Parts: sequence; C-alpha cells; structure tokens
Amino acid sequence: MALLLRGGRVIDPAQGLDMVADVLVEGSRISAITTGSGMSRPDVEVVDVTGKIVGPGLIDAHAHLREPGLEYKEDILSASRAAVKGGYTGVMAMPDTDPPVDNAAMVQFIYTRGRQAGLARVFPVGAVTAGRKGEKLAEIGYAAQAGAVAFSDDGQPIANSEILRRALEYLRPLKRPLIDHCQDANLSGRGVMHEGLVSFELGLEGIPSAAEEVAVARDLILSAYTGARIHLAHLSAKGSVSMLAQAKEKGIPVTAEVTPHHLILTHEVLRTYDTNTKVNPPLRTEEDRQALLQALRQGLIDIIATDHAPHASHEKRVDFNQAPFGISGLETALPLVVTYLVKPGYLSWMEAIARMSTNPAQIFGLPGGNLRVGSLADLVVIDPETVKEVRPEDFASKGKNNPFIGQKLSGWPVMTIVGGRIVMRDGEVI
Amino acid sequence: MFRRKDVLGLRDWSKEEIALVLDTAAAMKDILGRDLKKVPALRGRSVATLFYEPSTRTRASFELAAKYMSADTVSLNASASSIAKGESLLDTIWTIEAMGVDVVVLRHPVPGTSLQIAEHTRMHVVNAGDGAHEHPTQALLDMYTVRERLGRVEGLTLAIVGDISHSRVARSNIWGWQKMGAKVRVVGPPTMIPVDIDKAGVQVYWDIEEGLRGADVIMGLRIQLEREARGFFPSFAEYTSFYGLTRERIRSINPGALILHPGPVNRGVEITDEVLSSANAAVNEQVTNGVAVRMALLYLLLGGGQGDGFAS
Repeated sequence: MALLLRGGRVIDPAQGLDMVADVLVEGSRISAITTGSGMSRPDVEVVDVTGKIVGPGLIDAHAHLREPGLEYKEDILSASRAAVKGGYTGVMAMPDTDPPVDNAAMVQFIYTRGRQAGLARVFPVGAVTAGRKGEKLAEIGYAAQAGAVAFSDDGQPIANSEILRRALEYLRPLKRPLIDHCQDANLSGRGVMHEGLVSFELGLEGIPSAAEEVAVARDLILSAYTGARIHLAHLSAKGSVSMLAQAKEKGIPVTAEVTPHHLILTHEVLRTYDTNTKVNPPLRTEEDRQALLQALRQGLIDIIATDHAPHASHEKRVDFNQAPFGISGLETALPLVVTYLVKPGYLSWMEAIARMSTNPAQIFGLPGGNLRVGSLADLVVIDPETVKEVRPEDFASKGKNNPFIGQKLSGWPVMTIVGGRIVMRDGEVI
Repeated sequence: MFRRKDVLGLRDWSKEEIALVLDTAAAMKDILGRDLKKVPALRGRSVATLFYEPSTRTRASFELAAKYMSADTVSLNASASSIAKGESLLDTIWTIEAMGVDVVVLRHPVPGTSLQIAEHTRMHVVNAGDGAHEHPTQALLDMYTVRERLGRVEGLTLAIVGDISHSRVARSNIWGWQKMGAKVRVVGPPTMIPVDIDKAGVQVYWDIEEGLRGADVIMGLRIQLEREARGFFPSFAEYTSFYGLTRERIRSINPGALILHPGPVNRGVEITDEVLSSANAAVNEQVTNGVAVRMALLYLLLGGGQGDGFAS
C-alpha cells in the first residue's frame, strides 16, 4: 500500500526544499512531492501531518551498538529500536565490539544482524588496526569490499603517527574516510573530566584540552600530507575548532562532528559527581561550548552525531573514577537539538536536518539523507511542539545512562519510515 | 544551629557554620583535658568508620571522639570485609544502615564518593577524605589550632606548600580559610599546582622564598612517593632543595610563622625534623585538636544541645 504524508512542512537540505507539501511513498521509494494534491486513492494510506516537520530520516555517524560481545549493554536489535525511536533511519556502528570489527566477516556479521533487526539501516565501520591495538593495519581492503563505510579505532586513539599515515594512504583508493578519536593518550592520562577550575574543585584528574588539540593538529597535518580524507570524531575543544577552520580554508579534506551533549553541557554539571556526565572527550568550558556552537552554525563542523554509548546501570552506579565513559544518546539527540539549538535560533530546521541527515549521508556515501523523488523513502516526521520528559523507562536502548533524565524536551519524532515502511509511530516501535 | 545532614566538604559551608564547629570544639577540648574523658552526650548512638584507604590517625581520632561521648563504634576495614568479594560501596552502605548505624565516617580514594553515598542513605555521612576532593575535618582542626595559637583566622595569610594537585587537605583549607576571611597562597612546582586554581581566588607562587614571605601560617603537605615516578618532579633531592621547609629557610624568610602539617610526615623531604620540633610547629596540637573537632561535629550532627546530657 502506498503512503501519503499530507500537509507537513517538508524540509530537504539536499534540494533546498522547505515548503508545506504532501509526500507520496510508493513501495520503498519516494514517488512524489506535491502541494495540495488532495489525493484520495483507495490504495493509499493517508497520514495527516499538518503542523509537523517531514524530513529525510536522521543518520547517526557515530554509535556504539555493543554487539558482538557486549550484549548486556546493548545489541543490534535494541540499538535499532532505539534508533528508530529517536528518528534515525541509519546508524554507523563503531567497531569497538568484542571481538572488534576488524575483518570482512565481522563487517558482514554486522550487516546481517542489522538486516535481521529490520528497523534502521546499520552501516558497519571497520577497525583501522588489527584488534584495535594500534600496531598493524587491519585488512581494510577486504573490510571495505564487504561494505565497511569508514574506518576507525574509535575509543582507542591511534597513537602511532606512522600507522595513521599508512592507514590514510591505504584508504585513498578505497575512498573511505578515516574517523579518528583525537586524543593524545599520554596527555589524557588517568583523567576523567576536563582539566580546569571544576576538576580542581572536585579533586578529579583532568584531561586537558591540549590532549585533543595535539591529536587534531597531527591528524590535519597527515591528512594534508597524504591527501586522504579524515573525519574528526566528537570534537570538544575551542582550539580544535580553530585548527579545523584553518584546515578547511586550505582545502584539506577534513570533516568533523560534535555531539549534542558537548553543545549543551559544560564541566559545571559534573559537580554532582553524576557518572552519567562522564564522557570522553569530556564536557569542557562554556568558552569551548560556544566555539562548538559557532562552528556548527557556520558549517565548519559538518555533523551532529550521538556517540551513543550505552552501559549497564550497575556499571555506572559506581564511584566516578571506576564508571565507564559515555551517554546513551540515540533517543534524545533530536529533541535536544530542537530544544537547545533550533528553538533558541542557533540553527534553522534546515541546518539541523542537514547536520543530522544530509551531511552524514554525503560524507560517508550512504543511502538516504534526501527527499528526492525516486530516492529511498527513509523519512522522519517530527512534532516540534510536543513536550515530553526524558524518562529512562521509555528508552528502547538497554543503556539508561543519560544526563538529561528528568528534563522536559520538545521536538520529538513521531514517525520513522525506513524503505517506505513505518517502523515507529507515536513513540512505539512497530 | 547546625542543620546539615552530612559533612562532605567545606566548599559550600558558611562562615557561621565553621565558627559554630570551632566554638563547640573548644568545649570538647575541655573534656579531653579531664582525667575521666567521658560524657554521655551520644549514649545509645552508633558511629561506623568505613575506610577504603589505610589511615591510623584519622580513624583513631574519629573513634575516640565517638567513644569519649559514649557512642558505640564499629570499624570496618575495606580490605577485610565483603568489599573484597566485589560488594559495591552502596551495598555496603545499605548493610551498615540496616544495622541501625547513625553516622558513617567514610574514607575513600575516589573523589566524590561521600557525596554520592550521602544521597542514597538516611545515615549522616562524614567525609574523612575522598581522594583529592576534600578532607573537611582536617581543615577544621587546622583552623581550630591556628585560632587557639594566634587568636584568629580572619586576616591571616596561609601558605600551603607542596603537592596541591593531589591534596584534599589543601582544597578543604582553601575553602575554609577563605570563608573565614583569610588569604591563601599555594606554593610548589607548576606540575603540582592545579590548572586554573587562581580562578578560585588563590595566589600561586612557584618560588618558595616569595611564597613564604609575610605568611602567618605555613602548611607543609606530604609528598607521595609515586609522584616522582609520574614525573611531577625529577627527584626528592631536588624537591627538598627547591621546596623543602627547612629551618634555615623559615628562619631567614619568616621566623615567626606557625608551622602545620597534616601528617604523616616524610621527615627530611617536605619538612625537616628541626622544623617539626621547633616552637613554631603545632603538629602535635593538631592531632589533639582533631579529636575535639570531631567530637564537636558528631555532637552537632546528632542534634547536640537538645536535651542529650551534654550542656549546650
């Protein structure tokens, strides 16, 4: 049966489209975008989306799905449910599983499990080095053939600059970007939060901004030297942003992402010692936050990614040093962006959707991210006005670790459509 | 009146609260001077000490404070209890609570633990040192000692010398002394001075001669052995030469200053024997006053002054 989304505000950054229109979906594809069609065919399910936003489904360039090996935290099915609940039609799965995704068979496994889940599209990211140990290149070519959309040792910065250089060179003909977690592990040391006034007051070991900036500088130099594409994951520091600006000006093939929590929170929230605020890279100062916001606005930072990092509750309910880093973020990213960035006017709807859907699709060569006629019907419908409280019991993700619990947010997704099929409606996964 | 459920750190305390504890401690010190050191003030109440780090003086000080006021005490040693079996800190706390304990005195190597557990228990929680975060009773006894010797804290200048970055004693003293209207300096190599500490109103000195000049009170901090291995300074010899509290240094720069040290002391590293045994030093008085201050805190926490057998 065909599906008609009638009367919504249709926004597609790929075509510069922002108009009230009807979107007709036939089979797995978008077959028409028209105004006032008044269509009433018996074989069409009509959904009235007046007052709602219709956009290309969100694509997360950075999520940890934990399967295989860490299914007690999350698995591909639970993550896929969380994704479509959050308005995501596509998710890039980081390779830091156990065993890690560092060969073609593992890449195929992730695709298979994603297809079996049958909700959001799951795109595997392959490891750069064997076992993510940073010592020897993984079989990147085979993994790319098997469909790895990018390569990263995320969570484990590539310490050896020579290995990074060779990986970048090797990836050039494969046309896949390298995603780096920019952090000098010696400088970050035993740190658990941003180094500054608050870490001093709390007595917690700090991670200086310099730990990220040193790595960003190195990565940009090597990207320029090799001509290979590098994507800087979850930037957190002001200094990183200014280097990114210079690099883009020089034409270095670099892209970057930022998470909602780095755009909204600062190290001040750690004063409660709530382990849900423990993330890596750490939440930094207001000055850093402002720099990230500005860079996102200007388009210097291309993508908003979740860095979805679910953990079991017993793992977070320990002392601050022992707790693992990370936020379960797939289900709150969109309402956070709407509440804190779109509503106050930092980003237009068009810009927000570009950074959460169109740009990730373009940078990583993924299907979706646009509403062109003939394209895959991967769509999200957002209700900008509904206000809802963030409650852990509502999470489809196994990870309930989220620092925004208890907050009232607006701009929740009310429908997610993948390949023409409604997979989430009014918060219920179908 | 003292209205706190817990004693977690001095950063959010008022001047009045600090003064109340110091005033109450003066009454407690009288008890310590008696032949029979026992009052019924906390009879029927119970105090547990739960230490995840080795400590002799702080634990003994709390336990004696409780016993001198007739409270029952139980001492839990982290390595000997079910903690070694993987029981979580919160599980342990709830077990102690279920046994009817009124006050738990917690020492833990990780900052923030006392705050985290205070939110999850009805017991009064006293922070006896949580990592590099706070050690409020130490700062209170330091201020008490200074007030006893010099008559006041307000208007004085305190110089804290040594590893400020890893010191809970330094932090609690910084908050406490500033609240009481004193000036605080930190002195040490930049590797041991926290980034942005100047934003907390503290003056930073890398040169010990400059840092000690004009200070009324000088507090030496213990230098831990592992700091050398982690590259905070090149060698103990060099540290002592540049930052050690020696008799000559103090005599030439600031002969009248009162010398404090939270102990235990690395004699000959951060401070010399001579300085410790000089008339300037108040290290033994700090230990005695520690008991009085902890008696005062337990007394105030458990509703002191409300018909409990100890004259308010």
